[in-house]
Amino acid sequence: MSIGTVPMKFKVSVDSEQCMACARCVENCSYGVFRMEDGVVRVSSRHCVACHRCLAMCPRDAISIESRPIDYRDHPLWTTGVKEAIFNQARTGKIIVGAMGNALPYPVIFDRLVLDACQVTNPSIDPLREPMELRTYIGKKPSHLDLRTKENGDVELMSTLVPNLKLETPIMIGHMSYGAISLNAQTSLAKAVSQIGTFMGTGEGGLHESLYPYQDNMIVQVASGRFGVNIDYLERGAAIEIKIGQGAKPGIGGHLPGEKVNKEVSVTRMIPEGSDAISPAPHHDIYSIEDLKQLVRSLKEATEWKKPVFVKIAAVHNSAAIAAGIARSSADAIVIDGFRGGTGAAPRVFRDHVGIPVEAAIASVDAKLRQQGIRNEVSVIASGGIRESADVAKIIALGADAVYIGTAALIALGCRVCGTCNRGVCAWGIATQRPDLVKRLDPEIGSNQVVNLIHGWTDELAELMGAAGINSIESLRGNRDRLRSYMLDEALMTVLDVKSVGA
Amino acid sequence: MNSIEIDAKELHYTPLNQQIRKAVREGAGKITVRNLMGQRFIADGLKGDVALDLHGVAGGDLGMFMSGPHITLYGNADHAPGNTMDAGSIVIHGSAGDAVAHSMRGGKIFVRDTIGYRGGIHMKQYLDKCPVLVLGDSARSFLGEYMAGGLILVLRQSPDSMDDERGIGSGIHGGEIFIRGKIGDDCLGVGTKKDFCTNEGITRIIPLIHEFAAKFGIDPDPLLKSEYTRISPASARPFANKYTWE
Repeated sequence: MSIGTVPMKFKVSVDSEQCMACARCVENCSYGVFRMEDGVVRVSSRHCVACHRCLAMCPRDAISIESRPIDYRDHPLWTTGVKEAIFNQARTGKIIVGAMGNALPYPVIFDRLVLDACQVTNPSIDPLREPMELRTYIGKKPSHLDLRTKENGDVELMSTLVPNLKLETPIMIGHMSYGAISLNAQTSLAKAVSQIGTFMGTGEGGLHESLYPYQDNMIVQVASGRFGVNIDYLERGAAIEIKIGQGAKPGIGGHLPGEKVNKEVSVTRMIPEGSDAISPAPHHDIYSIEDLKQLVRSLKEATEWKKPVFVKIAAVHNSAAIAAGIARSSADAIVIDGFRGGTGAAPRVFRDHVGIPVEAAIASVDAKLRQQGIRNEVSVIASGGIRESADVAKIIALGADAVYIGTAALIALGCRVCGTCNRGVCAWGIATQRPDLVKRLDPEIGSNQVVNLIHGWTDELAELMGAAGINSIESLRGNRDRLRSYMLDEALMTVLDVKSVGA
Repeated sequence: MNSIEIDAKELHYTPLNQQIRKAVREGAGKITVRNLMGQRFIADGLKGDVALDLHGVAGGDLGMFMSGPHITLYGNADHAPGNTMDAGSIVIHGSAGDAVAHSMRGGKIFVRDTIGYRGGIHMKQYLDKCPVLVLGDSARSFLGEYMAGGLILVLRQSPDSMDDERGIGSGIHGGEIFIRGKIGDDCLGVGTKKDFCTNEGITRIIPLIHEFAAKFGIDPDPLLKSEYTRISPASARPFANKYTWE
């Protein structure tokens, strides 16, 4: 007991003037904050994670939640997070695991980049009147085309083109597995992407039977644990993604704890109910870039070269060199997952300290591939911390072909980023397998919200492009002249290859 | 039974696989491939009830993702035959490289001689699917690493083989490894448990010994009369106590 009680994270109070004792908060809180005693709502603030389910369901606005009502002595070095991590480890001696993305206040490069717009010269384009081309093709592009003119004057394409994915917007949804998120969450996302004409990833959790109708818009994942992977699964996907690393935890594998492996999850992962699903850190058939090529090609051989194969790596110091190797492996796209990428569970030390921002990684990958004359060999997909359409425009201008969103799509489903996905009792029915919680998320409503979000972003992207006098996403790609840095240091400006504001 | 012969001399793996797939589509019951010279990915993702007799050396990832066919290879195989294999069998009249049966989830692999490092790594089982890897002689270090299910049987026909191979069953959290004779404690990986094989265990390996002996034309008696060491997980959840929540 030498450490004693630490201050509560949140203080919940119920305004007795407003409360009508309907008990919806009691019903809705899956963390056990509320209880009814003699017709009055009582609270245990210590259980609160600020997921706001109670606020959202209270018909009287009677609940308020205060963050850190009792704080530690303010100190710039010995912060609350640091002190509580020490208390935790002094008690347990274990590795601290948390959820969602990087929780340290590193500067956000996106917020130090501004976009351009036309004034007078090179007139801007009104997307309401003019066609704006946002359609994006993901996959290899030929370095040249062989054409033949027929006798009647028609031109015939002689080159063989390899399969590409056709996206109606450069926004896809990244890999979040069934197990990490609920089936209703996956179904919401799947309905949304098939309605929009874009794609989502399955994660390393297999493909649930009920999602087969959406398989043409799903990218199946092969990760180091090979869970749920068989030839049927590979053939169902529109593309196959090899997951080497993840931005939230570069260099390490993943463990889905046995508690989350219920009957249905066990079916899609093809492992016994209640067993831990352990994904090793490396793929044990990939110990080199040559081995990676072998895995890429084995997947292509198994699916008769009909499917694009993506390789996803975490953004790390030497991403550019790795990407150059991947571009020569027969892969069709590289996914670069930045250090702000979300997760259901990651060791805190990795989540907060390992990897680099996606903005820098994408710029250096794009530059390296162009220098080596192989940019056409692969598409580049950016993920990890894409929050709004401006981020999409900026990362495309830094060289990405498209983005994966993850957390943003979950927020569209109701997620409040409370960061307790690992607990498995998500009150919004997203990061949980508990049937009573899962059913709170209606896939019809959920998919509408995700569709709305992507529509909104896509329209904003078209407006931003139009304002810059650009009518095709192709012309924005790698177009660093349309970006300026605002208070970034010179070294980073060199990496990003952008000028300062005013320059 | 419709039988087809393919000459793999100077044939790239893609056209070779295309010929094999075409033969399967056309209902071949048996396909014989001659003059293999290290072509990779043979029968990758192949489905169906078909026998493939391969003559020569098979390159990496033989029968990867394969679901159903029965391969007999007269020669050696490079790394990872049976990688993420689903069903069917691979019988190798020779030796094989590293990561044999990597993430295999069903079917059987028999290797007459030796295999390289990390054999049977992350094999796993589910419901009625239990992958089996049987080795006539020996494996290098880290046999059955991360194993989550299935059965590995090492018949160790050269008696002193594997005396110096370390990390056996490192991180094992399901399945079992049977090794003929004794294995030193310093050869065991993290999270393993070692016992003498009980009669109950023997009943599971007897049919495999008979199957192995029949396939390679050897006398099963010395193998049946031997003692076996059984290596299994010390815990089904080796990582459960490593973490605390934020």
